Amino acid sequence: MAERLLTFSIFRYNPATPEIAPRMQEFQLDETPNMTLFIALNRLREEQDPSLMFDFVCRAAVCGSCGMLINGRPGLACKTLTQDLPDRITLMPLPVFKLVGDLSVDTGVWFRQLNENLEAWIHTDKEFDPKSPEERMDNALAQEIYEAERCIECGSCIAACATANMRADFVGAAGLNRIARFLIDPRDERSPQQVFEVVGTDEGVFGCIGLMACDDICPMEIPLQQQLALVRRKMAWAGLKGK
Amino acid sequence: MKWSEAHLTDVLVIGAGLAGERVAIEAASRGHTVTILSLVPPRRSHSTAAQGGMQASLGNVAMGYGDNPDIHFEDTVKGSDWGCDQEVARLFVELAPVAVRQMAQWGVPWSRVVPGKRTLPDGVEVEELPEKAGLIAQRQFGGTAKWRTCFASDGTGHVLQYAMDSVVVKLGITVHDRSEAIALIHDGKECYGAVVVSLRTGELRPYLAKATVIATGGYGRMYGVSTNAVINEGTGMAIALDTGVVPLGNMEAVQFHPTGIVPAGILVTEGCRGDGGYLLDKNLHRFMPDYEPVKKEVASRDVVSRWMVHHMRKGFGVDSPYGPHLWLDLRHLGEAHICTNLREVYTICANFLGINCVHELIPVRPTQHYSMGGVRTNIHGEVVGLSRLYAAGEAACWDLHGFNRLGGNSLAETIVAGMVVGERVAEFVKEAPLTFPFSLVEDHLAAQAARIEALRRRASGSEDVYVLRKKMEETLLEHVGIFRTGEGLQQAVATLQELYQRSQDLRLRSSGLGPNPELFAALRLPGMLRLALCIAQGALLRTESRGSHYREDYPQRDDVNWLKRTLATWPPGASMPVIDYEPVKITELPPGDRGYGTMPIK
Ligand SMILES: Cc1cc2nc3c(=O)[nH]c(=O)nc-3n(C[C@H](O)[C@H](O)[C@H](O)COP(=O)(O)OP(=O)(O)OC[C@H]3O[C@@H](n4cnc5c(N)ncnc54)[C@H](O)[C@@H]3O)c2cc1C
Ligand code: SF4
Ligand code: FES
Repeated sequence: MAERLLTFSIFRYNPATPEIAPRMQEFQLDETPNMTLFIALNRLREEQDPSLMFDFVCRAAVCGSCGMLINGRPGLACKTLTQDLPDRITLMPLPVFKLVGDLSVDTGVWFRQLNENLEAWIHTDKEFDPKSPEERMDNALAQEIYEAERCIECGSCIAACATANMRADFVGAAGLNRIARFLIDPRDERSPQQVFEVVGTDEGVFGCIGLMACDDICPMEIPLQQQLALVRRKMAWAGLKGK
Repeated sequence: MKWSEAHLTDVLVIGAGLAGERVAIEAASRGHTVTILSLVPPRRSHSTAAQGGMQASLGNVAMGYGDNPDIHFEDTVKGSDWGCDQEVARLFVELAPVAVRQMAQWGVPWSRVVPGKRTLPDGVEVEELPEKAGLIAQRQFGGTAKWRTCFASDGTGHVLQYAMDSVVVKLGITVHDRSEAIALIHDGKECYGAVVVSLRTGELRPYLAKATVIATGGYGRMYGVSTNAVINEGTGMAIALDTGVVPLGNMEAVQFHPTGIVPAGILVTEGCRGDGGYLLDKNLHRFMPDYEPVKKEVASRDVVSRWMVHHMRKGFGVDSPYGPHLWLDLRHLGEAHICTNLREVYTICANFLGINCVHELIPVRPTQHYSMGGVRTNIHGEVVGLSRLYAAGEAACWDLHGFNRLGGNSLAETIVAGMVVGERVAEFVKEAPLTFPFSLVEDHLAAQAARIEALRRRASGSEDVYVLRKKMEETLLEHVGIFRTGEGLQQAVATLQELYQRSQDLRLRSSGLGPNPELFAALRLPGMLRLALCIAQGALLRTESRGSHYREDYPQRDDVNWLKRTLATWPPGASMPVIDYEPVKITELPPGDRGYGTMPIK
């Protein structure tokens, strides 16, 4: 591979110095084999500008920390190889979420709020009995729940969503997928009606206008379109109609 | 300081991984107010990255029939090379099944037993019985006599952390993420909370509590190449050490995992070998049976890692621009298995190596992975040396793991310890008053404010934080790794001492204002170097080989002189740790042969 000189154009803003307006800043870096944006950004920080803000945790595409707009498209920076990008790379923070600084945004608080709103936990009246064996579950069902549980709350689908960009309270694809996860789990004793009291509104299921940008953005390849269909189907069964 | 800015809570949990959240849940569900601090949103904690599984002796699968806590106990003690606390190990093995089942009730989609016959990769045929259908399944991990590792497809840590955090959300427990504890507030006898810097703004705030819990995970990133998340920098252990009165236990016990990918260091799970994967050398020869005829690839991690490095030293490594490595071969497991139970591995290979591991070999070599050592506690999680302070999880030396942790025992430890320690914390805060010596809080806050001020002023100093840090990483990797010698360790201690001196003289290149990463790195570095010195000095003084600690100049385990735990403390203002020892409690299983890993290595 011929060595390339990459030009990065990176969004800069530090809330601690509001007198300096948000701006794009350019950096140059020589490309190395198998270079990811994780490697590139850390090199930029260590070698060129130690104030550069961005978030990585696992650097292995499993924790959801490093969502950003990479040449305009939301994705995980840690698993993005520079060799798949042109010489000029533009990096922007994800929209929708509150900016912490530069490329760092506050997805954590957003998702905590979402999970509170959706009451995204197992609702059960059963007391846990430490002495009895576990309840049985069919492995196929366990797999199905697992598939929906794989969301890493990276926020890419939210950032890509037209509705979420317009209305702050829309639960987005990640939220709908989370609802689907609890709907199919027999351990959660809520009836579909109870669930839809929370989500059978414009902020919930009916906010989606079907552009489905989320579906091919999700880095975990969760079939978001399918999950949305599942939620709507269950809702129809529950005898609920959209407003 | 304005007292209105102080945050008050019954229980302050530093760390939102599995251990911290489990402690918090226990305390909160017993009616106490709890605040959790974390560098990152809880669900991004390092626990989430665990792929492989969690040990509990359920005995639901054919290869695990007859399993029970006694066998789990024996495996754990042997794995630890008799370095663990046997009372803790006993408590742990009894509670691990309870922990797994409770997590099932909280929503973890554990993989389940599917009845029927199947043939394992080595040709053995097993039958899963119909009466076990739908119970929680187990897979094989290294160093275990039975298949005991419960798992959820390829993402056990992820689903555990999400289920755990869902209960935290349900209970409405306060979480302050992007918050880093940088000092404990204490008077040498009791701990009153912590001084915390906001990673959103760079501002300081005191958190005051009746009880404080350290659950900050490991320090893997102090080694240049590690499977750990980049936030695993050991700061929780460092602030405990900084009190001058709290000892860190067995810091020289550092685990290397056999299969980090080259060069990124990302882990591919032990499940690869547990499920039947092979290790091959440059001649595509499967070499592990030559060294370990019985356990082969699934001996304990310290043993497999050592043989791998040994084999590469003999010239059988595969050359690469990043140094020699070996191959992990999964091809014979087949696409169906790889793409479900090992899908994470498949994805990692595709994303970070650009290869398809259904058809291609994976370049691997032993990589820093886990810290057995940590903040020394008793069996209840009470920290030695300072009351009102507790520790749990990887940050603690509860001492379940001694000198080598078994795969799958760490996730189980975080949750079991969380239950046990959480109960103790709840008991304690029920009676304890919420009072704080005013001037003590002010002094601790002022000391940290002064550090930050000095760094931001940039009036003096000449050292670059990233340069020093890189040197520390290299030093640990080179001299305090899998094979250790007196000479190398001496050199490591000397280099680290020099780096520690230089770290008192840091100068920021940037302004240090706001959520400034260079400022945060500069605040962490001196503490990390103190930890590094505890590791290196402990390793230098321990003139024997035990578990992961292998001294080429002392290649035998020495139970006469070294059946003891290292305790490192750091007196205020000192330039080196003080190293002390305590005996290891042997209650059930006297030291003997592990059944694998013969030493010395030849
Ligand atoms: C890649 C990988 C795979 C693994 N797979 C397995 C496996 O299959 N089975 C198994 O048993 N074990 C496995 N382990 C080990 C296991 O995952 C960890 O030991 C365990 O999850 C640690 O949990 P913890 O709660 O102690 O800490 P962590 O999950 O590391 O959490 C630490 C928390 O502390 C916070 N924190 C740290 N410092 C501070 C501070 N100064 N102030 C405030 N907050 C702070 C962090 O934000 C985080 O929330 C694996 C480890 C790795 C690296
Ligand atoms: S659904 Fe996919 S894109 Fe959306 S937050 Fe979850 S992992 Fe990210
Ligand atoms: S750093 Fe964890 S997903 Fe990118």
